[in-house]
This record gives sequence, structure tokens and C-alpha cells, in this order.
Amino acid sequence: MQIYLPIAEVSVNAFLLLGLGGIVGILSGMFGVGGGFLITPLLFFVGIPPAVAVATSATQIVASSVSGVLAHLKRRSVDLKMGLVLLAGGLVGAALGVLVFNYLKSLGQVDLLVKLCYVVFLGIIGTLMFIESVNAIRKSRRNAPVKRRNHNWIHGLPFKMRFRVSGLYISVIPPLLVGLSVGVLAAIMGVGGGFIMVPAMIYLLSMPTKVVIGTSLFQIIFVTAFTTLLHATTNYTVDIALAVLLLIGGVIGAQFGTRIGTLLNAEQLRILLSLMVIVVCGNLALGLLLQPDELFSIGAVGGH
Amino acid sequence: MRAILALFLFFAAPLMAEEVVLGLSKKNVSITANFDGSEILIFGAVKRETPIIEDPPLDVVIAVSGPLQPLTVRRKEKRFGIWVNTESVEIDAAPSFYAVATSAPFREALTDVEDLRHKVSIPRAIRSVGAPYNVQDSAAFTRAVIRIRTENGNYQLRENAVSLDQQTLFRTSIDLPANLTEGDYETRIFLTREGQVVSKFETVIGVRKVGLERWLYTLSRQQPLLYGLLSLFIAVTAGWGASTLFRILRQG
Repeated sequence: MQIYLPIAEVSVNAFLLLGLGGIVGILSGMFGVGGGFLITPLLFFVGIPPAVAVATSATQIVASSVSGVLAHLKRRSVDLKMGLVLLAGGLVGAALGVLVFNYLKSLGQVDLLVKLCYVVFLGIIGTLMFIESVNAIRKSRRNAPVKRRNHNWIHGLPFKMRFRVSGLYISVIPPLLVGLSVGVLAAIMGVGGGFIMVPAMIYLLSMPTKVVIGTSLFQIIFVTAFTTLLHATTNYTVDIALAVLLLIGGVIGAQFGTRIGTLLNAEQLRILLSLMVIVVCGNLALGLLLQPDELFSIGAVGGH
Repeated sequence: MRAILALFLFFAAPLMAEEVVLGLSKKNVSITANFDGSEILIFGAVKRETPIIEDPPLDVVIAVSGPLQPLTVRRKEKRFGIWVNTESVEIDAAPSFYAVATSAPFREALTDVEDLRHKVSIPRAIRSVGAPYNVQDSAAFTRAVIRIRTENGNYQLRENAVSLDQQTLFRTSIDLPANLTEGDYETRIFLTREGQVVSKFETVIGVRKVGLERWLYTLSRQQPLLYGLLSLFIAVTAGWGASTLFRILRQG
């Protein structure tokens, strides 16, 4: 069944979109990631204009994060105070990101920027995850204990604040900066940024792992909601019809994904995810490196 | 005497009343949620008060043009090992959709001079005033627009696609692709003899988003904040609804 998307102005198979949402939902349920970093490139492959894909993925992430954060609130594994500090940085970052996005759109370089961001970040994260999970498997075989640093340069910074839920007494500058950079990425790449924020919270802020996912989801809801509004009011690129199809597939897929996830071993899961991230990254990188079939592209005047 | 008669016929020919009586299978194309392209049947008859002139024979040229839009065409070049958009040319007005159907090979049905006057062929339908001084081959950019849009079915040149019976009844069908832009689709029908236009008829096919598509599109442009909030409301409700629903299912 073909469906005409009113904002993207393309006709796409509705089941394909439901399926895409479903697959990303299953993956996000399995791995505990938002899936924004997968859905945006997948939308490029289907033929959705990149600007619409980025703006609409942000809407879809709001839905999946709400669904996730409700579960975490019940378990009391959300540090609201830390979430609010991250959010303050995130909102500023998102505004900056949309400014950069719109400026590059007027130069005709937005596709390049979005794709480059994806290649770089997916490449780094995919490789790191792969190495880390291979090491983890080796260690678990040898039964070696995993070390965690508790003190680093971050504890020397001023403006200290107490975060009771996380059991931390640290400066507000690092969480603000983490929030800011994730906000910029959220606006440019159409992702929640969980795949960057989660490692940053664990390794830079030394937050306890049990509150990390809930807190990042809490922050992501507001940053992506803000991004959605900014894209909707400045670029008119949020496609509700597309978002609805993706999130129907997504929320259903996520529930199944969570069950599949419990059946598999955690390290194997991470290796699978990292391989998938590397494949998506490689595919996008090839598109930039190989000579395209068509050197010319048509765009609207003035970037609108 | 014969020369005078020929001269008389020559001058009389363009004035001779050969008029188009047109029919369209639909005056309006509605873009609905499940819009998947459309076909428009354009048919008609030639009304005349005088006997049919057998030689030279009559030809029919039909041109359907979507709304004109300014475009930016960009060219990629290899910089630092990757393919990057570099030069760009602005095209003043290019139709979002353009189809030409003729009853004979295009050049036989319409001479170059008449094409220039009425702007019928695809390259002539695109208006490009000038390119920036730093772009050498601006024509390549216009050709790229035609090539890209011909490949995805937005520009069509269909020679011998108009069937013409006894120089009176003609018909053709135009395929409108799924990625159609809203607007007034100007439809022109030319009757020609020896490539000269003897009669011209114009009408408009309206292409409109209707129903939900119309409503959403208008809302996103006129009330963007409200539209954004609506998207968020749907997203939050769906997220909350799904987790609640599945929790109930698990418990029940």
C-alpha cells in the first residue's frame, strides 16, 4: 500500500515504513539504544529527503524515549537533577545545532554534513564497541575483575553540586558540556544521542550504570522534543504521517526486542550491534568516497 | 491565377477556423493519502467550418506543465577524497512536471521557430537567465535537470503518442507520477500543419492535496508551532500508550 507523505512529498510503501520502524524498534529494545542513529540513514536509503528524515526521526525518538523512561521512573532509576543539568546544556546545544543545520542547508552542504557526522560517529562508536565487547568476552573467560576509575581531572572543576540519586558531588560544567554536545548532534543528525551520552556519563561523569539509561532517556525526550519544534517552525520538515508510521512499527518492535534481548548473552548482543553499526557506517562512507552516478543534484532555491 | 490562389490559401490558412474542442478524463487531480500517481486522458476533436485540408496533414502537440519553480542545481566534485557539492547554478523557473505528446516526430510536428515562440519542447520550458561568472558550462546544469527529471518520470517527451483519426479526433494519456507537486497544471494543445501552429487551445488541470494531506500541509506551513506540538503530542501519546498496552497484555 503506497502512502503519500504530505511534507516529504514522496509516495512510499506504508508497510516498508512500518517494517523499518519495527526493525529499529526491535533493535532498540534488544540493545537499549534509541535507534535514531539507525533510522535516519535507513530513511535516506528509502528516498526520504535528508532534511525531512532528520527532523522526523527526532519526533520518533520522543515516542520511544517516553515509552522507555516510564519504565525507569517506576524503578526510580532516573536522576532528575542530573537530567535537568544535562537538559540545560542540551537545549542550548540543540538551538546551536539547528542554526548550523540551517546555515549549511543554505550552502547546499547539509547532506554532506549529516552523512559525514554519521560516518565519523558510527565509525568510532562501532569500532570502540566491537573492541570493548571482544575484550569483555575474553576477560569473562579469564574471570578478570573490571576496574573503574573513580577520580580524575573532572573533580577539580568549580561550581560543585550534589546529585543524590547518582551519589555524586561534582562540578556542573562537565554535565553541561556533555548535554551541549549531545544537543548539537541531536539537531544535526536527528538522533537522541544516547549512544554518545551513555558512555560519557559512565566514563566522564562516573555515574552509576543503573541510573545512566533512565537519566539519558529523560534528557533525550526534552532535547528531541525541542529539536522537533525547532525543525517544524524553521524548516517545515517534520512529517507527521511518516513519524506515525515509524513509531507504530517502533513501539511494537521495541516490546518484542526487549524479549529477544533477554534470551541472548549481553556480550554477543553488543558485538552484533557494533557490527551492524559498522555496516551502516561503511555503506554511508562508500557513498561519499565512490564517484556517484549522478554528479548533479536539484535543490530548492534558498534552501527552503 | 494558380499563384494567386496559392497565395490566398497561404494567407487564409492561419485564419481558417480549425478549433479544438477538448475533453479531459478529469479536471482535477486529488492527492490523497494513498495517492500513487494518476493517468489523465486528454481527448478532443477539431471543429472546422470548411472541408478538411488533406495535405499538408494536421498534427497535434499536447504539452502539460506543472507549476514553475526556481531551482538550485549543484555539482559534486572530489575534494579531500570525498564527493562534495561545489558549483551551483540557479535556474529561474523550471516546471515541476512537464510532458509533451505529439502525433508525429517532434521536429515534424513543430518547427524550431514555432517551438521558440511557444516554448513547447522540454529545454525551452526551462527558463534560465544567466549563470554566475565562475561557472563555465551552465548549460550542463540545465541538461542535468532534464536528465534527472526524465529518469524519474517527471519530464516526458512522447513522440507519436497522440493518436489522430481522420484529422479530427485525437487522444492521448499523460502519466502523472506519484511525487506530484500541487498547483495548476497548464495544458496546451497545438494544431499544426508542416510544423506551423494553426490553432492553440489552453486549459488548466488542478492538482491539489485533499483531506488529511491538505490539512496537515496547510497546518505545517501556517501554524508551524501548533503542528510541531501536535507531532509531539502524537509521539508522547503513542509512546505512553504502547508501554501501557503491553503492560496490560503481559499482566492479563
